[in-house]
Amino acid sequence: MVYVIIKELSPSADEVIIVTSSLMKDMTSKTDMYRANAIRVLCQITDGTLLTQIERYLKQAIVDKNPVVASAALVSGIHLLQTNPEIVKRWSNEVQEAVQSRAALVQFHALALLHQIRQNDRLAVNKLVSSLTRGSVRSPLAQCLLIRYTSQVIRESASNTQTGDRPFYDFLEGCLRHKAEMVIFEAARAITELNGVTSRELTPAITVLQLFLSSTKPVLRFAAIRTLNKVAMTHPIAVTNCNIDMESLISDQNRSIATLAITTLLKTGNESSVDRLMKQITTFMSDIADEFKIVVIEAIRSLCLKFPLKHRSLMNFLSNILREEGGFEYKKAIVDSIVILIRDIPEAKESGLLHLCEFIEDCEFTYLSTQILHFLGIEGPKTSDPSKYIRYIYNRVHLENATVRAGAVSTLAKFGALVDSLKPRIFVLLRRCLFDTDDEVRDRATLYLNTLGADGAVEDMKEFLFGSLDIPLVNLERSLKNYEPSEESFDINSVPKEVKIQPLAEKKAPGKKPTGLGGPPPGPPSTIDAYEKLLSSIPEFANFGKLFKSSAPVELTEAETEYAVNVVKHIFDGHVVFQYNCTNTIPEQLLENVTVIVDASDAEEFAEVASKPLRSLPYDSPGQTFVAFEKPEGVPAVGKFSNMLRFIVKEVDPSTGEADDDGVEDEYQLEELEVVAADYMLKVGVSNFRNAWESMGPDCERVDEYDLGPRENLAEAVNAVINLLGMQPCEGTEVVPSNSRSHTCLLSGLYIGNVKVLVRLQFGIDGPKDVAMKLAVRSEDEAVS
Amino acid sequence: ELCPTIKNILLLDSEGKRIAVKYYSDDWPTNAAKEAFEKAVFTKTQKTNARTEAEITMFDNYIVVYKFVQDLHFFVTGGENENEIILATVLQGFFDAVGLLLRGTEDKKEALENLDLILLCLDEIVDGGIILETDANVIAGKVDSHSMDAGAPLSEQTITQALATAREHLTRSLLK
Repeated sequence: MVYVIIKELSPSADEVIIVTSSLMKDMTSKTDMYRANAIRVLCQITDGTLLTQIERYLKQAIVDKNPVVASAALVSGIHLLQTNPEIVKRWSNEVQEAVQSRAALVQFHALALLHQIRQNDRLAVNKLVSSLTRGSVRSPLAQCLLIRYTSQVIRESASNTQTGDRPFYDFLEGCLRHKAEMVIFEAARAITELNGVTSRELTPAITVLQLFLSSTKPVLRFAAIRTLNKVAMTHPIAVTNCNIDMESLISDQNRSIATLAITTLLKTGNESSVDRLMKQITTFMSDIADEFKIVVIEAIRSLCLKFPLKHRSLMNFLSNILREEGGFEYKKAIVDSIVILIRDIPEAKESGLLHLCEFIEDCEFTYLSTQILHFLGIEGPKTSDPSKYIRYIYNRVHLENATVRAGAVSTLAKFGALVDSLKPRIFVLLRRCLFDTDDEVRDRATLYLNTLGADGAVEDMKEFLFGSLDIPLVNLERSLKNYEPSEESFDINSVPKEVKIQPLAEKKAPGKKPTGLGGPPPGPPSTIDAYEKLLSSIPEFANFGKLFKSSAPVELTEAETEYAVNVVKHIFDGHVVFQYNCTNTIPEQLLENVTVIVDASDAEEFAEVASKPLRSLPYDSPGQTFVAFEKPEGVPAVGKFSNMLRFIVKEVDPSTGEADDDGVEDEYQLEELEVVAADYMLKVGVSNFRNAWESMGPDCERVDEYDLGPRENLAEAVNAVINLLGMQPCEGTEVVPSNSRSHTCLLSGLYIGNVKVLVRLQFGIDGPKDVAMKLAVRSEDEAVS
Repeated sequence: ELCPTIKNILLLDSEGKRIAVKYYSDDWPTNAAKEAFEKAVFTKTQKTNARTEAEITMFDNYIVVYKFVQDLHFFVTGGENENEIILATVLQGFFDAVGLLLRGTEDKKEALENLDLILLCLDEIVDGGIILETDANVIAGKVDSHSMDAGAPLSEQTITQALATAREHLTRSLLK
């Protein structure tokens, strides 16, 4: 008991020299319990110097016959490894001996300690795992540890080789038949978490988990359903066998289990079971808490996108639950789902919009009402009979609070602007709004009445009223603050259009009103969209047309240079734009008027069209400058460009951050840049290569043989060719098994001009590492092949 | 890293107040944070029935397995990627060991009277987050042999008395 108290008090070693000396005496006493506890306490309160003194005893204790003492020493070792690793590492011989011990838990602790000592040495861990998987491991805890280490070994070895059968997979599979449930579960979980696991490998694990699903113990059911849920995200087909067991779990007493069952079923269900699921879920929703409900809603959304034909029943379900009680987050999730469904499934638009209208009739959240009204304004006029929605919107004007009323007025105006037949009636309604009690509502009504009622350029009016504001709000705010009231009125065109310093991926779509419910579009904003927005915001490049492809950034400078520059190549139909991302790494300098002088003498087909300098580049904030070239349309021109960075450099006093007034012009040579054929190829995957290959037909096929010369190994050659062509490997054929003599690689892509291209490559490597390649190309256009 | 770790073990009464708790992780740095966690876990599991089988739930990115007997509530918490069955085994070991130590009368009064045994028990199951022992008999045996050095049966010892005897031991060994 004393030991417990000493541990709790945890004094430092120099304070309690008396205690420590008596503890040291205890370590050698006859009673094992004293020894064990004394060791544990000492190791908690000790520091480095004391540790060296007792090290001898600890080493003896590790290999002591009494398992309690040994475990105590080993566990203390694990804790000490954090603070005094060098000392603990010297014990590895004793620990190795302890791993062979007969006592179950000693083996467990010894294994844990040994792994931690050796975890940076991959080969040692490998050896440890191999010897133990062949030997006998006595305790289930140790077995679980071994399974985890095995998974780690598999994960690390997979990066080098890729064999058909993984190493140690048989061991994992054997563990599925162990006596202890924790081992079975650990093995099943490890198998499901393997990188790139195939259905064949998954089947035994899933069978075992299926058995757990029907166990009486809630813990087993929970563990199994949680793992199956994770698997269903990547391999839904593998989990379909368990559907029936999972359906019975929906009514489980433990609500977490029930929710997990429902979400998994929603991922693995097929079309016929959707109706049945919906019925069960309706009764289920009333039982669970809000956070679970949101999870279920999102699963339903993805289910509906997978099976668009079922939209009617799913939409009905969503609107039913929308009417019931619920918190703001929950209702927002439902509304977002309905909006996404309306956007992606055109047949669902009418019913969806009607459901939303009925919802705003008694919605208690102003934010949601305004969002829905805005959305109605965008989508409503496009439907076949917009007048249906007018009633709902106009009711808002009378019945709700000021914010909603203002939103309703704007929506009415939109309808009026876009649907001419309704214009006179809208005017009548808007005129009534002029008598509203709120300023904003009256202002808006007046504005719309005057602008829409006037004759003249209706298109401009619409753009003015309803177009999005191209200027980022931040800049507008800043300019307004800087504007001093004077004779001249504020010129909105003087607001800089570019967003100043902002990473590309984060460029938000500016607008007076959010362009969609809840802001960002569904799915992560891809870099292509970000580049498109950036390029189209620059007026000189705006009329180049649609961006075909943007390459990955190519470094033009060495790593540690003063100015780091990389370039992104944007390919349009008739132009190529080079975007140079520059970073100034010198704190004492400020660069201004940064441009890149491009020498295109090696690329005859290109003609420089425009160049956009970067006004200022302070320390450590990246900026972009652009150069645009015109190229013959449709032709994939290639060429080399040499680049030079030209700028005016000003000295900056690092303490004050102020720059000198005059600067010196300077130049900085960058590396050369190449535009190659691969830049004109978009990586587009094809799920069934064979079908696509057959459907292309052999007329547009070209076959050629090449000798690639000596290469390190086949994988390197394959990767080099894939990079050269810039196409997407299909069906996992870019992965070359080690030591294979030949390999077939299937590639697909989209060439500029929207031509689909498929390539079949056959590689062979012989004796002195010479690689020969046969290339067969099929595409829709013979010229491209 | 890869070693299974326990974050805390809690023994609460039927109103959610502490009887004996031990935390092995820094996730709850202040006492207020710990008490908030205990309250949250208690309210979440209050309505469930975990008397025949151990139950499990997940919240706040922790997995909690729990079991109730009379007016005692046992909880074991682990991280969200922990093997749930290992946690359940630890819970079962703790639960049964306490049952053995309290000699059949498993209620709050008996637990508070034998708080020293329960604390010893907690100490013997997990050391700094690493599992020491999961077999209830072994745990109870170790706890028994601890208090045996006081030389008196369990029910007659209180904490102060145990401390006094231990202090005696210490002074005696110093004088040796």
